[in-house]
Amino acid sequence: MSMKFSTKNFNERTKDNISDDFMRKAVASAQERLHSRQLDAAEELGSWEEWRSHGEEIRQHVLENLDYYLYQLSENVAERGGHVFFAKTAQEASAYVRDVIVKKEGKKVVKSKSMVTEEINLNAVLEEAGCEVIETDLGEYILQVDDHDPPSHIVAPALHKNREQIRAVFTEKLDYKNTSKPEELALHAREKLRQEFLAADIGITGCNFAIAETGSISLVTNEGNARLVSALPKTQITVMGMERIVPSFEEFEVLVSLLTRSAVGQKLTSYVTALTGPRDAGDADGPEEFHLVIVDNGRSEILGTEFQSVLQCIRCAACVNVCPVYRHIGGHSYGSIYSGPIGAVLSPLLGGYDDFKELPFASTLCGACTDACPVKIPLHELLHQHRRVIVEEEGRSPISEKLAMKAFGIGASSNPLYSMGAKVASTAMKPLTKNNRISKGPGPLKDWTDLREFPAVGNTRFRDWFYDQKGGK
Amino acid sequence: MKVSLFITCLVDMFYADVGKDMVEVLERQGCELSFPKGQVCCGQPAYNSGYVESSKAAMKNMIKTFEHAEYIVTPSGSCARMFKLYPEVFNDDLQWRDKAQKLADKTYEFTQFLVDVLEVENVGAKLTGKATYHPSCHMTRLLGAKEQPKKLLAQVEGLEMIPLPNGHNCCGFGGTFSVKMGDISEQMVDEKVNSAMETEVDYLIGADCGCLMNIGGRAERTGKSIRVMHIAQVLNSRE
Repeated sequence: MSMKFSTKNFNERTKDNISDDFMRKAVASAQERLHSRQLDAAEELGSWEEWRSHGEEIRQHVLENLDYYLYQLSENVAERGGHVFFAKTAQEASAYVRDVIVKKEGKKVVKSKSMVTEEINLNAVLEEAGCEVIETDLGEYILQVDDHDPPSHIVAPALHKNREQIRAVFTEKLDYKNTSKPEELALHAREKLRQEFLAADIGITGCNFAIAETGSISLVTNEGNARLVSALPKTQITVMGMERIVPSFEEFEVLVSLLTRSAVGQKLTSYVTALTGPRDAGDADGPEEFHLVIVDNGRSEILGTEFQSVLQCIRCAACVNVCPVYRHIGGHSYGSIYSGPIGAVLSPLLGGYDDFKELPFASTLCGACTDACPVKIPLHELLHQHRRVIVEEEGRSPISEKLAMKAFGIGASSNPLYSMGAKVASTAMKPLTKNNRISKGPGPLKDWTDLREFPAVGNTRFRDWFYDQKGGK
Repeated sequence: MKVSLFITCLVDMFYADVGKDMVEVLERQGCELSFPKGQVCCGQPAYNSGYVESSKAAMKNMIKTFEHAEYIVTPSGSCARMFKLYPEVFNDDLQWRDKAQKLADKTYEFTQFLVDVLEVENVGAKLTGKATYHPSCHMTRLLGAKEQPKKLLAQVEGLEMIPLPNGHNCCGFGGTFSVKMGDISEQMVDEKVNSAMETEVDYLIGADCGCLMNIGGRAERTGKSIRVMHIAQVLNSRE
C-alpha cells in the first residue's frame, strides 16, 4: 500500500463512510475509550503540561540538530556492525530492502507494525519480487488477510472492523471455525503467525525512536510480535522516518512515557524493546545481519518551513482520538494511510496537494488536536497554514470564492461599505423570510439552509438600536 | 469603567437582542458603554479560509476603530480570540504588530470580563428550568475561557445545570466549514443536538452566536424542541 490508497475523491469517500453506521459507532466508542484513558494516564503521571513541554523541547532540539543526530546514529549503528542506508525517496527505500532480501535469497518476510513501510509501498514491491510478506501485528494481519484493506488509524489500524466482520474474514480466508470471541480469534491468528515466525528468513520492523548515542532502535508494542520479528529471522531490516531520533536513553524515557500514555493510556506497553546492531558473539538470539533504512521521502523538504513542527510527531494518534471530524468520517475518508488531524497536515506535505488538498479544509479548526498532542504540535495552526498556502500561494480555490474573498477584503475594510453590503443583503433576504427564519436560501445560503434554518435579519440592527438609545460615538 | 463594545457581525445583523442583554448586564455592573462606529467584521471568515492577506484590511480597520478603547468586550469567544491573534498576523509588520498587541491586550470575551475584570459571578439573574452548556471550541481551547461561564451560570437562581455528554466535541460550525463540508457538518451538529436532547433540558446555553445559530438552526429544522440561548440572555433574565 502506498500513502494514497483511493482513486475516489474526498467527497465520495466521506459520503461512503458517513453511511457506514457500524464504522461510525466503532470509531466513536474507540475515541471515547482511548481519549478518557489518555486523560487518566496523564492525570496519574501528574504535571502533564510540563511533560508535554519537555517532550516538545526534545523533539524540537532533535529537528534543529537533525544532521548531527543522523550522523551520530549512523556512525553508531555501523560501529555495532549494522548497515545504514539513507533513502531519499520511497522508491529508493523499498528498492534497497528488496535488494537486501534478494541477495539473501529471502523468501518469507515477517513484519511488525510500521506506518513508514506502508508509506513507501514496501509490501507490494517485495511481493512483486516474489517474496511472501506477512504482517504480524494483529490489526495489520486482519487487514492484510482481508485483501489489503487500508489502515484507518495509525495506532489501531483495524479500528473500523468489529469482531463479527473479523470472524467472517477469518472464516473465509483462514479456515476459521470458532466464534467471534476476541480470545478465540486472537488464538487462531497466533497459531497461524507462530508458524510464519519460525519459517521466516527476513524480519522487517518499524522504529518508534532510534537512539543516536548508542545506535539502538526501539520498538513499543503490546503483542510481542516485534520481539519475534527481531529475534528469529537471520536478517533484520528496520525502516524509520528520518526524524524519529532521540539523542539518548534519557530523552527516550520521556518520549516513551508520553507515547504509551497518549496512544493507549498505559504507563508502559507490555514490550518496550531497544535493539543495538546484529547478534553479538554469545547472544542467545537476534539477527546475524542488521540493516537500518532511514527514509526521507519529503521530510527534509519540510525542515526549515512553517510546517517543521509536524516532524515532532511521535505517531501516538492522540489527535485522531479527539478529532470530531474523524469521529464521523473515519480513517478511510482521508484517502491516506495517515488519517485524522496529523494525516490532514502530513499527507499534503508528503503526497502533494493534487491528491490531498481537501484534507486541511476538513476541519473546524476546533483545536482539540492541538490540545491532545503530547509534544505540542500546533496542528490546527498547521491546517490553517495549509489553507493559506492552497488559496494564496497556489491559487487553487474556485474563482467565485476568490472574488467573494476579494469583495470581503474591500467590504470589511470600512464601515460605510460594510453597512451598505449589510443593507443589500438584508433587503435581499427579506422576501425569503417566513416565520422569522429562512428555510430555503439561494446561492451560498442554500448550502446552509439545506441542513438548517437561517435566522431572519433583525428589524433593527444592534448598532442602530444602540445609537438610538445611547447616542452614537 | 469605560467599555467599548465589539458586537460582532452576527449579533449586529441577526441577534440584536443578545447585544441588548449584554448591554443591560454590563450597565447594571456600572460600566459606561460605547459603540465605536467604525467597527465591522474582525476578518475571521476570510482568515480561517486561508485568505490571510485579504483579511488584513478588516483587521486594520478594527485596530484603528478600537485604538482609544480602555476595555473591549465582545459576546463571542471566537471573535475575541481573533483579536488576540492579530499580533501574530502582523508579525512581520512592526508598526501594526504593536498596535495589534495593544488591541489584543485590552480585549475580553463577555464572561471573561465579568469574572476576571469586574470580579463578579452573581449578576442577579433568575431563570427557572434545566439547562446544559455547550463550551465553544475557540472560546475554551484557543481563548482559554473555560470556567468563567460555568461560574456565572452556577449563580443563576432557579437554573439547574446538567452536563452535556461529549460537550467538548465541536458542534460542526467552523465558519465556512459548515457550508463547504456540509455532509460532515451535518453529522457533527446532529450529534450535538442529540446529546443536548438526551439531557432533557429546557435550554442549551452557549457563548458564541455562530455555534448557537448552527445548533439552533439544526434543532429547529429537525423538529427538536430545545431553546438555544446566548449566555448574555441568560444572565439578563429576571423571570
